[in-house]
Amino acid sequence: MDITFKDVSFIYQANSPFAHIALKDVSFHIPSGSFVAIIGHTGSGKSTLIQHLNGLITPTKGEVRIGDYRIHSGKKPDSLKELRSRVGVVFQYPEHQLFDETVEKDIAFGPKNFGVPAVEISKRINEILPAVGLDENLLDRSPFDLSGGQMRRVAIAGVLAVKPEILVLDEPTAGLDPKGQREMMDMFYNLHKDQGLTTVLVTHSMEDAVKYADQVIIMNKGSKYMEGPPEEVFVQRELLNQVQLDIPEIIQFLHAFETRFGSHIPFKRQTIERLAQEISQVVKGADLRE
Amino acid sequence: MNNAIIIGQYVPGNSLVHRLDPRMKITIIFLFVIFVFFANNVLSYSILTSFAIITTAITKIPFRFILKGLTPVWFLIIFTFLLHLIVTKEGIILFDILGFKVYSGALIQGFAISLRFFLLILITSLLTLTTTPIEITDAIEDILHPLKKIKFPVHELALMMSISLRFIPTLLQETDKISKAQASRGVDFRTGPIRDRIKAVVPLLVPLFVSAFKRAEELAMAMEARGYQGGEGRTKLRELKIRKLDIYVFLVFLLVIAGMFYTRNY
Ligand SMILES: Nc1ncnc2c1ncn2[C@@H]1O[C@H](COP(=O)(O)OP(=O)(O)OP(=O)(O)O)[C@@H](O)[C@H]1O
Ligand SMILES: [Mg+2]
Repeated sequence: MDITFKDVSFIYQANSPFAHIALKDVSFHIPSGSFVAIIGHTGSGKSTLIQHLNGLITPTKGEVRIGDYRIHSGKKPDSLKELRSRVGVVFQYPEHQLFDETVEKDIAFGPKNFGVPAVEISKRINEILPAVGLDENLLDRSPFDLSGGQMRRVAIAGVLAVKPEILVLDEPTAGLDPKGQREMMDMFYNLHKDQGLTTVLVTHSMEDAVKYADQVIIMNKGSKYMEGPPEEVFVQRELLNQVQLDIPEIIQFLHAFETRFGSHIPFKRQTIERLAQEISQVVKGADLRE
Repeated sequence: MNNAIIIGQYVPGNSLVHRLDPRMKITIIFLFVIFVFFANNVLSYSILTSFAIITTAITKIPFRFILKGLTPVWFLIIFTFLLHLIVTKEGIILFDILGFKVYSGALIQGFAISLRFFLLILITSLLTLTTTPIEITDAIEDILHPLKKIKFPVHELALMMSISLRFIPTLLQETDKISKAQASRGVDFRTGPIRDRIKAVVPLLVPLFVSAFKRAEELAMAMEARGYQGGEGRTKLRELKIRKLDIYVFLVFLLVIAGMFYTRNY
């Protein structure tokens, strides 16, 4: 499903002394099947933005379109539940949503609400467990007896078990160990590829954005600040620095390389291995000339 | 967030009411709450109502915001009014709907009681709207100070209060977050049969309690880590001080009350 924001503004606690403009005239288009990273300084409105994607909040002004669903100011679509079964949201610290007696019941909670038959649910659970890196013997444990990382995985499994078409991830790896972070992101990326999902990832990690995203949206103080493919957005160091963001390490490295060796290697989202080859070519080439 | 509830919420400002000594505010409100019950005719009620409304105006908090914030209370006020219409049988019969007689005394009394109720709520919510929770607890600790002589745990009580007040917004935020997360997993809090809606509360309450307990534990640990050991020998950053301004305001308030008593006999 395509996602389109048209002049979306959102005000928290409108008409009160606490009114707070969290989004200002945000417009963008995310084609079905793409992987989008939303980046921004803390408080820039990322979490507010993604809550529009499954009708948790409705825009104060403007329109959000998700496939054929339209969400206007003040009017939620009639088939909100259906929309929510097709747009899965993993919130910041999703482990706070766990509540059921066993891990299995908690994972099954979402699909059950959306009317997925029990047989199908247990089939899905068996598929998902290895993907999120959980052991099967945890199924009968209480989710509150697990470690933080395990709880996170259970919560994510609970969203994946609904089999959404659009997967929205709000800093899904915050607070995990580096290895866990990499595994988790690779898992999301494989899912994205294998099932043709549309993925919206909110992240503070430039590295993840460079590695996975086709499109990057930079938010600043509630407005869209920049948008485009990572290889175009991330080379604009000054603009990014102005909103307290830094460029990814790989581009920093390319800059440093250029100053040190005086030769420019263009950034084309190459992997580290590929870049190493290019560098060796440049360096060897220089050797030959000498 | 449920923005219909403003009770316990502080609206920052710099008005006369905001700057008043919190002990003075509490004293005035306490006396006002008592004296509301002495008003007995149109004039005395008008004096008290004017006082409440002028005070509200001085705070510069939009009146509409306050009225909207009292929505849950409106229901009670209207209920009280209707109850009086039905129960009271004094004065002359004003009209008769389907054999149900409405008396003039009922109308007057219903109105008076609802107004009294409204004034009570308005003036007490002004306290929390214009005073930070810390000021309120400092003031209460100070007012209750004499009770220390009879071993009453004044400091602990004040601390409990300030912690609860401090965590009301946090809990509301948490509720909002968790209910959104569960709504994303297909929980419907708003429609469907009552039975289902009651069941829908479990996935909300369990995580809420879990996080509240965790928070309490963390807070206790943080306090201990910083060497907290009760009120013994503890000094204050903000000392409460009665200034001339507070005295003047109190005198004005006394005048209002005197006016109210004077007009009682009209
Ligand atoms: N429930 C709420 N009520 C009032 N204001 C809110 C609420 N939630 C968020 N805000 C405000 O809206 C702004 C945007 O918040 P949001 O949570 O969308 O930021 P964010 O970009 O997700 O930040 P972070 O990276 O820290 O998660 C912030 O200034 C925040 O204070
Ligand atoms: Mg956020």
